[in-house]
Amino acid sequence: MLKPLGDSSILIQLGDAIDPALNQRVHALDAILQTSPAVTETVPAYCTILVHYNPLVTTYNQIKNIIEEKISLLDDATHRPSRRLEIPVLYGSASGLDFEAVATTLTLSPSELIRLHSEREYTVYMMGFTPGFPYLGILNEKLTLPRMSTPRTRVPAGSVAIAGSQTGIYPVDSPGGWHILGHTPLKLFDPTSDNPFLFSPGDTVKFIPT
Amino acid sequence: MLEITELTGIATIQDSGRRGFNKFGVPTSGAMDWYAYQAANSLLNNPTNSAVIELGLGELTFRALRNTVISVTGAGYEVENYIWTFPLWTSFYVRAGWTVRLKKTSGGNWAYIAIAGGFDSPVIMNSRSTYLRGGIGSALKAGDVLQSFPPTADLLKLAARDHVPLIPYSQTPTIDVIPAPQADWFTPEGIRTFYESEYTLSPSFDRMGYRLQGSPIEKAITKELISEGMTMGSIQIPADGQPIVMMADAPTTGGYPKIANVTRASLPLLAQCEAGVSKIRFRETTVELAQEKYRTICHPFGI
Repeated sequence: MLKPLGDSSILIQLGDAIDPALNQRVHALDAILQTSPAVTETVPAYCTILVHYNPLVTTYNQIKNIIEEKISLLDDATHRPSRRLEIPVLYGSASGLDFEAVATTLTLSPSELIRLHSEREYTVYMMGFTPGFPYLGILNEKLTLPRMSTPRTRVPAGSVAIAGSQTGIYPVDSPGGWHILGHTPLKLFDPTSDNPFLFSPGDTVKFIPT
Repeated sequence: MLEITELTGIATIQDSGRRGFNKFGVPTSGAMDWYAYQAANSLLNNPTNSAVIELGLGELTFRALRNTVISVTGAGYEVENYIWTFPLWTSFYVRAGWTVRLKKTSGGNWAYIAIAGGFDSPVIMNSRSTYLRGGIGSALKAGDVLQSFPPTADLLKLAARDHVPLIPYSQTPTIDVIPAPQADWFTPEGIRTFYESEYTLSPSFDRMGYRLQGSPIEKAITKELISEGMTMGSIQIPADGQPIVMMADAPTTGGYPKIANVTRASLPLLAQCEAGVSKIRFRETTVELAQEKYRTICHPFGI
Protein backbone atom coordinates (compact mmCIF):
# COMPACT_ATOMS: atom_id res chain seq x y z
CA MET A 1 0.00 0.00 0.00
CA LEU A 2 1.46 3.34 -1.08
CA LYS A 3 0.58 6.72 0.42
CA PRO A 4 2.19 10.13 0.02
CA LEU A 5 3.92 11.71 3.00
CA GLY A 6 4.18 15.26 1.75
CA ASP A 7 5.38 16.09 -1.77
CA SER A 8 8.83 14.48 -1.62
CA SER A 9 8.27 11.21 0.26
CA ILE A 10 6.06 8.17 -0.15
CA LEU A 11 5.28 5.53 2.46
CA ILE A 12 5.22 1.85 1.55
CA GLN A 13 3.22 -0.18 4.05
CA LEU A 14 3.84 -3.93 3.77
CA GLY A 15 1.84 -4.89 6.86
CA ASP A 16 0.85 -3.72 10.31
CA ALA A 17 2.76 -5.72 12.89
CA ILE A 18 6.12 -6.18 14.59
CA ASP A 19 6.97 -9.52 13.05
CA PRO A 20 10.33 -11.01 11.99
CA ALA A 21 9.14 -12.37 8.61
CA LEU A 22 7.42 -9.10 7.71
CA ASN A 23 10.51 -7.11 8.68
CA GLN A 24 12.64 -9.40 6.51
CA ARG A 25 10.43 -8.47 3.54
CA VAL A 26 10.93 -4.81 4.42
CA HIS A 27 14.72 -5.15 4.25
CA ALA A 28 14.57 -7.27 1.09
CA LEU A 29 12.44 -4.62 -0.65
CA ASP A 30 14.66 -1.88 0.72
CA ALA A 31 17.67 -3.52 -0.98
CA ILE A 32 15.78 -3.68 -4.31
CA LEU A 33 14.73 -0.01 -4.03
CA GLN A 34 18.37 1.13 -3.85
CA THR A 35 18.75 0.15 -7.52
CA SER A 36 16.51 3.00 -8.67
CA PRO A 37 18.21 6.36 -9.25
CA ALA A 38 14.86 8.07 -8.58
CA VAL A 39 15.03 6.93 -4.96
CA THR A 40 17.18 9.47 -3.09
CA GLU A 41 17.05 7.63 0.25
CA THR A 42 14.90 5.25 2.27
CA VAL A 43 13.95 4.67 5.90
CA PRO A 44 13.08 1.00 6.41
CA ALA A 45 11.18 0.43 9.67
CA TYR A 46 9.23 -2.46 11.24
CA CYS A 47 6.62 -2.91 8.51
CA THR A 48 7.06 0.19 6.34
CA ILE A 49 9.61 1.90 4.12
CA LEU A 50 9.61 5.66 3.70
CA VAL A 51 11.02 6.52 0.28
CA HIS A 52 12.39 10.02 -0.30
CA TYR A 53 12.62 11.38 -3.85
CA ASN A 54 13.36 14.70 -5.49
CA PRO A 55 10.11 16.23 -6.79
CA LEU A 56 12.11 18.48 -9.13
CA VAL A 57 13.21 15.34 -10.98
CA THR A 58 10.51 12.73 -10.31
CA THR A 59 6.75 13.19 -10.02
CA TYR A 60 4.57 11.36 -7.51
CA ASN A 61 3.07 9.14 -10.20
CA GLN A 62 6.50 8.24 -11.55
CA ILE A 63 7.86 7.21 -8.13
CA LYS A 64 4.66 5.28 -7.46
CA ASN A 65 5.09 3.31 -10.68
CA ILE A 66 8.76 2.64 -9.94
CA ILE A 67 7.93 1.33 -6.47
CA GLU A 68 5.06 -0.84 -7.70
CA GLU A 69 7.43 -2.42 -10.21
CA LYS A 70 10.03 -3.06 -7.47
CA ILE A 71 7.38 -4.60 -5.21
CA SER A 72 6.45 -7.00 -8.01
CA LEU A 73 10.08 -8.22 -7.96
CA LEU A 74 9.80 -9.00 -4.26
CA ASP A 75 9.49 -12.74 -4.09
CA ASP A 76 8.34 -14.33 -0.84
CA ALA A 77 11.56 -16.34 -0.95
CA THR A 78 13.71 -13.19 -1.22
CA HIS A 79 16.30 -13.24 1.47
CA ARG A 80 18.71 -10.41 1.77
CA PRO A 81 21.99 -11.78 3.08
CA SER A 82 22.35 -10.16 6.47
CA ARG A 83 25.55 -9.37 8.32
CA ARG A 84 25.97 -11.00 11.71
CA LEU A 85 27.62 -8.93 14.44
CA GLU A 86 28.78 -10.09 17.85
CA ILE A 87 28.57 -7.44 20.55
CA PRO A 88 30.49 -7.88 23.81
CA VAL A 89 28.41 -6.78 26.81
CA LEU A 90 29.44 -6.29 30.41
CA TYR A 91 26.23 -7.09 32.30
CA GLY A 92 25.64 -6.16 35.91
CA SER A 93 25.06 -3.27 38.23
CA ALA A 94 28.46 -1.59 37.70
CA SER A 95 27.62 -0.63 34.11
CA GLY A 96 23.96 -1.61 33.84
CA LEU A 97 22.23 0.83 36.18
CA ASP A 98 18.95 -1.12 36.21
CA PHE A 99 20.31 -4.66 36.13
CA GLU A 100 19.43 -5.53 39.74
CA ALA A 101 16.07 -3.76 39.67
CA VAL A 102 15.08 -5.61 36.48
CA ALA A 103 16.20 -8.98 37.92
CA THR A 104 14.10 -8.30 41.02
CA THR A 105 11.03 -7.13 39.10
CA LEU A 106 11.15 -10.12 36.77
CA THR A 107 12.10 -12.53 39.62
CA LEU A 108 15.13 -13.79 37.72
CA SER A 109 18.56 -14.63 39.03
CA PRO A 110 21.40 -12.51 37.56
CA SER A 111 22.65 -15.43 35.47
CA GLU A 112 19.14 -16.18 34.14
CA LEU A 113 18.67 -12.54 33.16
CA ILE A 114 21.99 -12.56 31.29
CA ARG A 115 21.15 -15.85 29.59
CA LEU A 116 17.66 -14.77 28.49
CA HIS A 117 18.98 -11.51 27.06
CA SER A 118 22.05 -12.92 25.31
CA GLU A 119 20.92 -16.34 24.03
CA ARG A 120 18.84 -15.04 21.11
CA GLU A 121 19.95 -13.62 17.82
CA TYR A 122 18.25 -10.31 17.22
CA THR A 123 17.48 -8.40 14.03
CA VAL A 124 18.03 -4.66 13.60
CA TYR A 125 14.39 -3.93 12.75
CA MET A 126 15.07 -0.27 12.18
CA MET A 127 17.30 2.60 13.28
CA GLY A 128 16.21 5.95 14.66
CA PHE A 129 15.88 8.02 17.84
CA THR A 130 19.54 9.12 17.75
CA PRO A 131 22.21 8.53 15.06
CA GLY A 132 23.10 4.83 15.02
CA PHE A 133 20.49 3.60 17.55
CA PRO A 134 19.42 0.03 16.58
CA TYR A 135 15.95 -1.23 17.50
CA LEU A 136 16.53 -4.95 18.09
CA GLY A 137 13.91 -7.64 18.50
CA ILE A 138 12.22 -9.67 19.57
CA LEU A 139 13.01 -10.19 23.26
CA ASN A 140 12.09 -13.34 25.11
CA GLU A 141 8.65 -12.52 26.51
CA LYS A 142 9.94 -13.18 30.04
CA LEU A 143 11.91 -9.93 29.67
CA THR A 144 8.98 -7.74 28.64
CA LEU A 145 8.80 -4.57 30.74
CA PRO A 146 7.14 -1.20 30.12
CA ARG A 147 9.42 1.82 29.68
CA MET A 148 10.51 3.61 32.83
CA SER A 149 7.85 6.02 34.04
CA THR A 150 10.43 8.81 34.33
CA PRO A 151 13.10 8.74 31.62
CA ARG A 152 16.71 9.45 32.63
CA THR A 153 18.02 12.78 31.41
CA ARG A 154 21.34 11.17 30.48
CA VAL A 155 22.00 7.59 29.47
CA PRO A 156 25.70 6.96 28.73
CA ALA A 157 26.77 5.91 25.23
CA GLY A 158 27.20 2.13 24.98
CA SER A 159 24.35 1.32 27.37
CA VAL A 160 22.53 -1.89 26.44
CA ALA A 161 18.88 -1.60 27.41
CA ILE A 162 15.43 -3.18 27.10
CA ALA A 163 11.85 -1.86 26.79
CA GLY A 164 8.67 -3.61 25.73
CA SER A 165 9.60 -6.45 23.38
CA GLN A 166 12.75 -4.67 22.21
CA THR A 167 16.36 -4.20 23.12
CA GLY A 168 18.77 -1.53 21.93
CA ILE A 169 22.08 0.20 22.48
CA TYR A 170 22.52 3.95 23.07
CA PRO A 171 25.09 5.23 20.53
CA VAL A 172 25.57 8.69 22.09
CA ASP A 173 24.86 10.15 25.52
CA SER A 174 21.17 11.05 25.39
CA PRO A 175 17.99 11.05 27.46
CA GLY A 176 16.31 7.66 27.58
CA GLY A 177 13.57 5.65 29.23
CA TRP A 178 14.76 2.07 28.62
CA HIS A 179 16.07 -0.22 31.40
CA ILE A 180 19.85 -0.48 31.26
CA LEU A 181 21.24 -4.00 31.70
CA GLY A 182 24.86 -3.54 30.69
CA HIS A 183 27.45 -1.75 28.62
CA THR A 184 29.39 -2.41 25.42
CA PRO A 185 32.75 -0.75 24.74
CA LEU A 186 32.04 -0.69 20.98
CA LYS A 187 31.50 2.67 19.31
CA LEU A 188 28.17 2.70 17.46
CA PHE A 189 28.48 6.13 15.85
CA ASP A 190 31.54 8.07 14.73
CA PRO A 191 30.64 10.97 12.43
CA THR A 192 34.26 11.46 11.32
CA SER A 193 34.75 7.86 10.18
CA ASP A 194 34.31 6.62 6.59
CA ASN A 195 31.90 4.07 8.08
CA PRO A 196 30.10 6.17 10.71
CA PHE A 197 27.73 3.39 11.85
CA LEU A 198 28.38 0.01 13.46
CA PHE A 199 24.92 -1.30 12.50
CA SER A 200 22.74 -1.25 9.41
CA PRO A 201 19.01 -1.97 9.32
CA GLY A 202 18.51 -5.70 8.71
CA ASP A 203 21.72 -6.84 10.47
CA THR A 204 21.71 -9.84 12.81
CA VAL A 205 23.09 -9.20 16.29
CA LYS A 206 24.26 -11.54 19.06
CA PHE A 207 25.25 -10.28 22.52
CA ILE A 208 28.30 -11.98 24.07
CA PRO A 209 28.46 -11.66 27.88
CA THR A 210 31.98 -10.71 29.00
CA MET B 1 36.87 35.57 5.55
CA LEU B 2 35.04 37.03 8.54
CA GLU B 3 35.17 36.95 12.31
CA ILE B 4 32.15 36.66 14.57
CA THR B 5 32.57 39.36 17.21
CA GLU B 6 29.28 39.15 19.14
CA LEU B 7 26.58 36.52 19.21
CA THR B 8 23.50 36.15 21.38
CA GLY B 9 21.42 33.81 19.22
CA ILE B 10 21.86 30.29 17.89
CA ALA B 11 24.04 30.42 14.80
CA THR B 12 25.06 27.30 12.89
CA ILE B 13 26.50 26.47 9.49
CA GLN B 14 23.86 24.91 7.22
CA ASP B 15 23.66 23.81 3.62
CA SER B 16 20.97 22.06 1.58
CA GLY B 17 21.07 19.10 4.00
CA ARG B 18 22.64 15.74 4.69
CA ARG B 19 21.20 13.01 2.46
CA GLY B 20 21.58 9.28 2.64
CA PHE B 21 21.80 8.76 6.41
CA ASN B 22 18.12 8.92 7.45
CA LYS B 23 18.02 5.13 7.63
CA PHE B 24 20.74 5.23 10.31
CA GLY B 25 18.79 7.74 12.37
CA VAL B 26 20.55 10.90 11.19
CA PRO B 27 18.18 13.75 10.32
CA THR B 28 18.56 15.67 7.07
CA SER B 29 19.18 19.00 8.87
CA GLY B 30 19.94 21.89 6.49
CA ALA B 31 18.25 25.29 6.50
CA MET B 32 14.95 25.74 8.37
CA ASP B 33 13.83 28.08 5.54
CA TRP B 34 15.14 26.44 2.36
CA TYR B 35 13.86 29.28 0.17
CA ALA B 36 15.77 32.01 2.01
CA TYR B 37 18.82 29.71 2.02
CA GLN B 38 18.71 29.17 -1.76
CA ALA B 39 18.06 32.88 -2.30
CA ALA B 40 21.09 33.90 -0.23
CA ASN B 41 23.35 31.75 -2.43
CA SER B 42 21.61 32.75 -5.65
CA LEU B 43 22.20 36.46 -4.92
CA LEU B 44 25.95 35.73 -4.85
CA ASN B 45 25.92 33.28 -7.76
CA ASN B 46 27.22 30.61 -5.35
CA PRO B 47 26.89 26.89 -6.05
CA THR B 48 23.37 25.85 -4.93
CA ASN B 49 24.71 23.64 -2.11
CA SER B 50 27.00 26.29 -0.54
CA ALA B 51 27.23 26.62 3.23
CA VAL B 52 25.72 29.69 4.92
CA ILE B 53 25.27 30.90 8.49
CA GLU B 54 21.78 30.34 9.85
CA LEU B 55 20.94 32.73 12.70
CA GLY B 56 17.94 32.34 15.00
CA LEU B 57 16.67 33.57 18.35
CA GLY B 58 19.17 36.39 18.80
CA GLU B 59 21.68 38.73 17.21
CA LEU B 60 25.05 38.41 15.53
CA THR B 61 27.84 40.85 14.72
CA PHE B 62 30.76 40.05 12.46
CA ARG B 63 33.80 41.84 11.07
CA ALA B 64 35.01 41.27 7.54
CA LEU B 65 38.69 40.34 7.45
CA ARG B 66 38.89 40.74 3.64
CA ASN B 67 36.89 42.63 1.05
CA THR B 68 33.93 40.47 0.22
CA VAL B 69 30.27 40.42 -0.82
CA ILE B 70 27.58 39.24 1.58
CA SER B 71 23.89 38.55 1.18
CA VAL B 72 21.37 38.28 3.98
CA THR B 73 17.91 36.78 3.53
CA GLY B 74 15.19 35.41 5.79
CA ALA B 75 12.71 37.21 8.01
CA GLY B 76 12.69 38.96 11.37
CA TYR B 77 16.05 40.71 11.01
CA GLU B 78 17.65 43.98 9.98
CA VAL B 79 21.22 44.38 8.76
CA GLU B 80 23.31 47.42 9.63
CA ASN B 81 26.95 48.47 9.73
CA TYR B 82 26.33 51.36 12.17
CA ILE B 83 26.19 53.85 9.30
CA TRP B 84 23.87 52.26 6.78
CA THR B 85 21.05 49.79 6.96
CA PHE B 86 21.11 47.16 4.24
CA PRO B 87 17.86 45.66 3.00
CA LEU B 88 17.39 41.91 3.37
CA TRP B 89 17.26 39.86 0.14
CA THR B 90 20.06 41.82 -1.51
CA SER B 91 23.82 41.40 -1.82
CA PHE B 92 26.18 44.13 -0.68
CA TYR B 93 29.89 44.89 -0.74
CA VAL B 94 31.67 44.70 2.62
CA ARG B 95 35.17 46.12 2.95
CA ALA B 96 37.87 44.53 5.10
CA GLY B 97 37.48 45.90 8.63
CA TRP B 98 33.79 46.73 8.37
CA THR B 99 31.54 45.53 11.14
CA VAL B 100 28.07 44.27 10.21
CA ARG B 101 25.31 43.57 12.69
CA LEU B 102 22.14 41.50 12.32
CA LYS B 103 19.50 42.97 14.59
CA LYS B 104 16.43 41.00 15.61
CA THR B 105 13.14 42.66 14.69
CA SER B 106 9.71 41.10 14.40
CA GLY B 107 8.11 39.10 11.61
CA GLY B 108 10.31 36.00 11.48
CA ASN B 109 12.83 33.70 13.17
CA TRP B 110 15.68 32.83 10.85
CA ALA B 111 18.22 34.81 8.85
CA TYR B 112 20.75 33.45 6.35
CA ILE B 113 24.15 35.06 5.83
CA ALA B 114 25.89 33.92 2.67
CA ILE B 115 29.35 34.96 1.55
CA ALA B 116 30.65 35.15 -2.04
CA GLY B 117 32.09 31.69 -2.76
CA GLY B 118 30.37 30.04 0.21
CA PHE B 119 31.77 29.22 3.66
CA ASP B 120 34.53 26.62 3.77
CA SER B 121 33.75 24.47 6.82
CA PRO B 122 34.40 20.75 7.34
CA VAL B 123 32.29 18.27 5.38
CA ILE B 124 30.96 15.57 7.69
CA MET B 125 29.03 12.70 6.10
CA ASN B 126 28.65 14.52 2.76
CA SER B 127 27.36 17.78 4.20
CA ARG B 128 28.41 20.93 6.03
CA SER B 129 25.10 21.12 7.91
CA THR B 130 25.38 21.28 11.69
CA TYR B 131 23.36 18.79 13.74
CA LEU B 132 24.02 19.73 17.37
CA ARG B 133 22.17 16.84 19.04
CA GLY B 134 24.19 14.30 17.06
CA GLY B 135 27.52 16.02 17.72
CA ILE B 136 27.92 16.88 14.03
CA GLY B 137 29.53 20.32 13.87
CA SER B 138 29.14 22.84 16.66
CA ALA B 139 27.30 26.08 17.34
CA LEU B 140 29.18 29.19 16.20
CA LYS B 141 30.52 31.50 18.90
CA ALA B 142 32.15 34.90 19.25
CA GLY B 143 35.77 34.72 18.14
CA ASP B 144 35.16 32.14 15.40
CA VAL B 145 36.86 32.99 12.11
CA LEU B 146 35.08 31.61 9.06
CA GLN B 147 36.91 30.93 5.81
CA SER B 148 35.30 31.05 2.40
CA PHE B 149 35.92 29.66 -1.07
CA PRO B 150 36.91 31.99 -3.94
CA PRO B 151 33.93 33.88 -5.40
CA THR B 152 32.59 32.72 -8.76
CA ALA B 153 32.89 36.20 -10.30
CA ASP B 154 34.43 39.62 -9.75
CA LEU B 155 33.17 40.97 -6.38
CA LEU B 156 31.77 44.14 -7.94
CA LYS B 157 29.58 42.05 -10.24
CA LEU B 158 28.15 40.17 -7.27
CA ALA B 159 27.19 43.23 -5.21
CA ALA B 160 23.86 45.08 -5.27
CA ARG B 161 21.88 42.18 -6.70
CA ASP B 162 18.24 41.70 -5.73
CA HIS B 163 16.78 39.47 -8.43
CA VAL B 164 15.14 36.81 -6.20
CA PRO B 165 11.34 37.07 -5.97
CA LEU B 166 9.93 37.20 -2.44
CA ILE B 167 7.49 34.55 -1.29
CA PRO B 168 4.46 35.60 0.80
CA TYR B 169 5.93 35.53 4.33
CA SER B 170 3.08 36.53 6.62
CA GLN B 171 2.00 36.51 10.23
CA THR B 172 -1.34 35.07 9.11
CA PRO B 173 -0.11 32.39 6.69
CA THR B 174 -2.18 29.70 5.06
CA ILE B 175 -0.02 26.59 5.05
CA ASP B 176 -0.65 24.01 2.31
CA VAL B 177 -0.65 20.42 3.54
CA ILE B 178 -1.15 16.98 2.00
CA PRO B 179 -3.15 14.42 4.05
CA ALA B 180 -0.71 11.97 5.66
CA PRO B 181 -0.89 8.15 5.91
CA GLN B 182 -2.80 8.23 9.23
CA ALA B 183 -5.25 10.98 8.22
CA ASP B 184 -8.05 8.40 8.66
CA TRP B 185 -7.09 7.91 12.33
CA PHE B 186 -8.95 11.14 13.16
CA THR B 187 -12.66 11.78 13.52
CA PRO B 188 -14.40 13.97 10.89
CA GLU B 189 -14.71 16.52 13.69
CA GLY B 190 -10.96 16.28 14.36
CA ILE B 191 -10.18 16.84 10.67
CA ARG B 192 -12.55 19.82 10.61
CA THR B 193 -10.84 21.29 13.68
CA PHE B 194 -7.45 20.96 11.99
CA TYR B 195 -8.49 22.72 8.78
CA GLU B 196 -10.86 25.29 10.22
CA SER B 197 -9.21 26.61 13.37
CA GLU B 198 -6.20 28.82 13.97
CA TYR B 199 -2.98 27.66 15.58
CA THR B 200 -0.13 29.58 17.17
CA LEU B 201 3.48 28.52 17.61
CA SER B 202 4.58 27.61 21.15
CA PRO B 203 7.57 29.62 22.48
CA SER B 204 9.61 26.43 22.99
CA PHE B 205 10.11 25.84 19.25
CA ASP B 206 13.52 24.80 17.90
CA ARG B 207 15.19 23.30 14.84
CA MET B 208 13.72 19.91 15.72
CA GLY B 209 10.05 20.73 15.87
CA TYR B 210 7.33 23.35 16.00
CA ARG B 211 4.78 22.63 18.71
CA LEU B 212 1.49 24.33 17.86
CA GLN B 213 -1.22 25.49 20.24
CA GLY B 214 -4.94 25.61 19.49
CA SER B 215 -8.02 23.44 19.49
CA PRO B 216 -7.07 19.80 20.22
CA ILE B 217 -7.62 17.36 17.35
CA GLU B 218 -9.83 14.40 18.11
CA LYS B 219 -8.73 10.86 17.22
CA ALA B 220 -10.97 8.01 16.11
CA ILE B 221 -8.22 5.37 16.51
CA THR B 222 -6.23 5.48 19.73
CA LYS B 223 -4.01 2.38 19.30
CA GLU B 224 -0.27 2.95 19.15
CA LEU B 225 1.33 3.48 15.78
CA ILE B 226 4.25 1.18 14.99
CA SER B 227 7.18 3.58 14.50
CA GLU B 228 7.78 4.54 10.87
CA GLY B 229 9.78 7.05 8.86
CA MET B 230 8.83 10.71 8.80
CA THR B 231 10.15 13.88 7.21
CA MET B 232 10.40 17.63 7.59
CA GLY B 233 6.85 18.98 7.55
CA SER B 234 5.23 15.85 9.02
CA ILE B 235 2.49 16.89 11.47
CA GLN B 236 2.25 14.46 14.38
CA ILE B 237 -0.69 14.48 16.78
CA PRO B 238 0.31 13.18 20.23
CA ALA B 239 -2.16 12.22 22.95
CA ASP B 240 -2.97 15.82 23.94
CA GLY B 241 -4.24 16.55 20.40
CA GLN B 242 -1.89 19.52 19.82
CA PRO B 243 -0.02 19.32 16.50
CA ILE B 244 3.78 19.10 16.35
CA VAL B 245 5.38 19.89 13.00
CA MET B 246 8.68 18.13 12.37
CA MET B 247 11.40 20.54 11.24
CA ALA B 248 14.96 20.28 9.87
CA ASP B 249 16.56 18.38 12.80
CA ALA B 250 13.52 16.17 13.52
CA PRO B 251 14.04 12.48 14.27
CA THR B 252 13.88 10.30 11.16
CA THR B 253 11.19 8.03 12.64
CA GLY B 254 8.23 8.61 14.92
CA GLY B 255 5.40 6.82 16.63
CA TYR B 256 2.59 9.37 16.72
CA PRO B 257 -0.05 9.36 13.99
CA LYS B 258 0.47 11.98 11.30
CA ILE B 259 -2.57 13.94 10.15
CA ALA B 260 -0.91 15.81 7.27
CA ASN B 261 2.41 16.98 5.86
CA VAL B 262 3.39 20.56 5.04
CA THR B 263 4.34 21.06 1.37
CA ARG B 264 7.87 22.08 0.38
CA ALA B 265 6.51 25.40 -0.90
CA SER B 266 4.84 26.21 2.43
CA LEU B 267 7.66 25.09 4.77
CA PRO B 268 9.52 28.45 4.63
CA LEU B 269 6.30 30.31 5.53
CA LEU B 270 5.77 28.08 8.56
CA ALA B 271 9.46 28.22 9.57
CA GLN B 272 9.26 32.01 9.85
CA CYS B 273 6.06 32.11 11.95
CA GLU B 274 6.53 33.95 15.21
CA ALA B 275 5.82 32.25 18.52
CA GLY B 276 2.61 33.48 20.12
CA VAL B 277 2.01 36.03 17.33
CA SER B 278 1.38 34.30 14.01
CA LYS B 279 -2.08 32.92 13.31
CA ILE B 280 -1.53 29.72 11.34
CA ARG B 281 -4.19 28.06 9.17
CA PHE B 282 -3.92 24.83 7.20
CA ARG B 283 -5.34 24.19 3.73
CA GLU B 284 -5.56 20.80 2.03
CA THR B 285 -3.86 20.37 -1.33
CA THR B 286 -2.83 17.45 -3.56
CA VAL B 287 0.65 16.05 -4.22
CA GLU B 288 0.39 17.02 -7.89
CA LEU B 289 -0.47 20.67 -7.16
CA ALA B 290 2.15 20.89 -4.41
CA GLN B 291 4.88 19.57 -6.71
CA GLU B 292 3.89 21.99 -9.47
CA LYS B 293 4.07 24.92 -7.05
CA TYR B 294 7.43 23.75 -5.72
CA ARG B 295 8.88 23.55 -9.25
CA THR B 296 7.63 27.05 -9.98
CA ILE B 297 9.19 28.65 -6.91
CA CYS B 298 12.46 26.73 -7.42
CA HIS B 299 12.74 28.02 -10.97
CA PRO B 300 14.91 31.11 -10.18
CA PHE B 301 17.53 28.95 -8.45
CA GLY B 302 18.26 26.46 -11.22
CA ILE B 303 18.15 23.55 -8.76
